[in-house]
Amino acid sequence: MEFQFAGLAEFLAMEGHGPYVWIAYGVTLVAMAALVLQPVWRRRQLQAELKRQERIRQRRQSAEKKRVAEPA
Amino acid sequence: MAWQWFHRLGSPRWFYQNTGAWLPWLALASVLLLVLGAVWGLGFAPQDSKQGNSYRIIYIHVPAAFLALAGYYIMAISGAIGLIWKMKLSYLVMRAAAPIGAVLTFISLLTGAVWGKPTWGTYWVWDARITSMLILLFLYIGVIALSRAFVREQVADKACAVLALVGTVNIPIIYKSVDWWFTLHQPATIKLTESSSIDASMFYPLLTMIIGFYCFYAWTLLLHTRNLVLQREWRTSWAQQALRGEPLAAGK
Repeated sequence: MEFQFAGLAEFLAMEGHGPYVWIAYGVTLVAMAALVLQPVWRRRQLQAELKRQERIRQRRQSAEKKRVAEPA
Repeated sequence: MAWQWFHRLGSPRWFYQNTGAWLPWLALASVLLLVLGAVWGLGFAPQDSKQGNSYRIIYIHVPAAFLALAGYYIMAISGAIGLIWKMKLSYLVMRAAAPIGAVLTFISLLTGAVWGKPTWGTYWVWDARITSMLILLFLYIGVIALSRAFVREQVADKACAVLALVGTVNIPIIYKSVDWWFTLHQPATIKLTESSSIDASMFYPLLTMIIGFYCFYAWTLLLHTRNLVLQREWRTSWAQQALRGEPLAAGK
């Protein structure tokens, strides 16, 4: 088994079929990367949402304590 | 108990805890196999005598189409298991399979179109194979849209499962389309029952890519399903612990 092209330029040109081959591989790479990155991004979103809800709960609890301690 | 594993498998928490360890291995296997297969197919496999170098698109076109179809089975069977045994986790697998399948179908259609231009002289023909693959894309998009169309997620689960099951009628049409109708699309290259019409020097890189795509599919299906598990189990303390990155006690 050996490299089928004389050099890098020939490899990129693919005897005229270069644009087709590289567009196909490029779009595939981007689409597959998106499939991996979307869950990572989504997990961060869920974590941020959990933190936000916890902050709201804490604020509500401390407000409740204050209200009980010094009734209007 | 004989059925214990089945019920365990249906437990979102058990699934979440036990699949985490697989992720790095699946990631490693997919990246290694896909890089190896792509370099092999692009640079080292011999040129096709009729199609020249444009045929090198086969190394992503065929595996993507394989997994687009296999992924549809996984989605429809998960939907069926959900309908029959009311298994929560099964519906989540079905939901996770839809966007992955849609992307893979899109890849196979796009690479096919780009390959068609230098080989057939056109990007698109309305033949049976390509049209039925386009319908597959619409079915995947339909499941995604339906999964978001209901306020109650349990209702959406059932509706998606029914749509996925009805759509399976398209799968044998896709498989057989190149044999039943005369078309520009070449007949199947790899056959299970007869000898394949492809030389070993081209077949091994293709096989590497197919196995790589299978690993990639398993990897992303787990990633997406695990997120859906956390989202669905949002109110439970274990899911919140998992999101905070705290270690989980062994549960059922």
